[in-house]
Amino acid sequence: MSAASIVFALLFYAATAVLVGGLAWRIADYARTPAPLKIPTTPAPITRGGVALRMAREVIFFESLFKGSLWTWLFGWLFHASLALVLARHLRYFTEPVWGWVVLVQPLGVLAAFGMLAGLAGLLARRVLVDRIRYISTPSDYLMLVLLGLIAVSGLLMKYVARTDVVAVKAYFLGLMRLDWQPLPADPVLYVHLGLVAALMIVFPYSKLLHAPGVFFSPSRNQVDNPREARHLSPWAARLDRS
Amino acid sequence: MAAEIKAPPLREFPSPPPILPGAMEKSRPYVASDKIQQAIGFPGQLTEGWEQRAITHMGEMLGKYRSLKVFLDSCVHCGACSDKCHYYIGTQDPKNMPVARQDLMRSVYRRYFTLPGKLFPKLVGARDLTKEVLDDWYTYYNQCSECRRCSVFCPYGIDTAEVTMVGREILDAVGYGQKYSNEIIGKVHRVGNNLGLPGPALADTLTGLEEDIKEETGVDVRMPLDEAGAEVLLVTPSADFFAEPHVDSLIGYAKVFHAAGIRWTLSSKASEAGNFGLFIGNYEQLRAIALRIREAALELGVKRIIVGECGHAWRVAYSFWNTLVGIGAGGKDPFAVQLQSQLDLRYRQPMHICEFTWDLIERGALKFDKEANDHRVVTFHDSCNVARASRMGDHPGGQFEIPRAIIRAVANKYVEMAPDTTREKTFCCGGGGGLLTDELLDLRVKGALPRMESLRAVADENGVNFMATICAICKAQFTKVLPYYGFKMNMVGGVHQLVSTAIRLGTPH
Repeated sequence: MSAASIVFALLFYAATAVLVGGLAWRIADYARTPAPLKIPTTPAPITRGGVALRMAREVIFFESLFKGSLWTWLFGWLFHASLALVLARHLRYFTEPVWGWVVLVQPLGVLAAFGMLAGLAGLLARRVLVDRIRYISTPSDYLMLVLLGLIAVSGLLMKYVARTDVVAVKAYFLGLMRLDWQPLPADPVLYVHLGLVAALMIVFPYSKLLHAPGVFFSPSRNQVDNPREARHLSPWAARLDRS
Repeated sequence: MAAEIKAPPLREFPSPPPILPGAMEKSRPYVASDKIQQAIGFPGQLTEGWEQRAITHMGEMLGKYRSLKVFLDSCVHCGACSDKCHYYIGTQDPKNMPVARQDLMRSVYRRYFTLPGKLFPKLVGARDLTKEVLDDWYTYYNQCSECRRCSVFCPYGIDTAEVTMVGREILDAVGYGQKYSNEIIGKVHRVGNNLGLPGPALADTLTGLEEDIKEETGVDVRMPLDEAGAEVLLVTPSADFFAEPHVDSLIGYAKVFHAAGIRWTLSSKASEAGNFGLFIGNYEQLRAIALRIREAALELGVKRIIVGECGHAWRVAYSFWNTLVGIGAGGKDPFAVQLQSQLDLRYRQPMHICEFTWDLIERGALKFDKEANDHRVVTFHDSCNVARASRMGDHPGGQFEIPRAIIRAVANKYVEMAPDTTREKTFCCGGGGGLLTDELLDLRVKGALPRMESLRAVADENGVNFMATICAICKAQFTKVLPYYGFKMNMVGGVHQLVSTAIRLGTPH
């Protein structure tokens, strides 16, 4: 077993722990923090079912962004949809036997890597070219795009240029999951790919990637518009009624 | 100063203008005096150790408001909001882009409350809370009218108004409050309304208005004050009592009650629907001001509470009254039940005056001479708080349909403005959110630009000469800024002003 195999094994255990633990902590924190007032952006749904639909449109189609900026929507949606396909395709490295729908999605998932890159390139171009967006961009905004872009590029390199032994990679990850470590192929491009993915997992709960859980907790999107029909009261506000 | 204020040129194609950093860095409202601050329980001045107090207060707000925490964490700097604010469009100051306005606080949040901001501040745009940063807060959190237009377009629904409110709340908590809003809040507690109109003066004013109506129509239309046992308590912005064109809508409400034969009353204790506690983001003030309405309703024994034409007041009434003081339905706790068992829950509580009038129109209880409004070509300006923070009627979007339905029922000539400037995409008048003060006139004139552009289009193409709206602040703001854009100031008025013109009162007696 190479040193790299061991380093990456430890890295992925740590990254998974940070990702899962960090997100769980964030989500618990959001859930615990009260929303004392009814602030849905109206017109808003007047039933829970309506809110579920609104949220689904927001998460699947990026409805509000579509209204806000067509270019950002185009690049952003292309990137996210592609990323979803790429992630789905990668499930084949963590399941044995591979699930049927993952097999079906495989060809699309490969194409989607190019979609990811195109989306990221568009978002980066907007960040650089539009004066308003350049003004609000921090170094971390650029780095995030670069990080995701390098993950896609290194992945594509392994697919089309310097092919890696994916069977061995799969054995390695199944081994990690079953606590039965296997050797990782000695391939620099693979190291880069995996290292960047681990970095992404680690920064996730500490960065703007929190928009992923955040959207579900956004009071302006997840509240039912029924303030006249039901009394909405948070615990700290309720105490004022008794004083 | 007034001489320098000029309206920016209307844009031929409304594309986002380029940024002009620092364009509005000098625009700030007067700071509240010690006396004004202390009268409503805030420290009088910024004193030694404010940095720590500000950060501690921010921590408390993060624990009390999920909105703040989620909004500060979730922004990805996508820029979808960056060209949506009327103040950005009108001033081109990049700190008036909603995302940049939020970042004034987000940068401090990251520095003190997140790991990356503590470790790598430069990388993630985190900053210490210095006096310069606090001054920036004061300047730019007082250039946001809390209109929520940005929140419509944000993929995570981030509402800059929530951040602005917390910004002002922290400023107040460290003794750096805004004079205009805080002085008014003091007045509402001391006298009962924002304009400081005492009970006897109010009674006089109402008697005078009754005489005016009698003279004009020959009919005895009443304006009752503090009449216990009335069915309806009307709570309306105090500007309705004497400001032009507001008073014409008050006359309209009175005529509607008269024609419908419903016993109603105003209250000297609750002679103000406005609630500036919203603007400064202070829950305790919001609640204390709303409590006056609850007390008046309990004392007068009314069955229904109706709210006059006022945008932010309707947001507070519709969205918050039930939460704050139990004006609504569905309460199970003793505090809420005390009032809710008195109210007639067959009706919506509280109800907007437009819902009330429209219900009567639908039932055929009101008759109009629509021709009386034929000298007017009317358009409707959706007020931000009504459009994006409330509802009327039983269906989402009723807040757009009902006022328009009333206008169509009382006037023959009605024209819509451009669809990307109405309904939930409406532009703020430029004077909302506690900015309706003279020292901010330059900002207010510039902030009105997008609305003036769409008004110019329908004025030129369709001959529109009357812009109806249902907000006291919109009315006051437009009266002031319309002339800067070459319009007549009396071009703006209330929906119930149109109702008042056309309504049939029956035979004089």
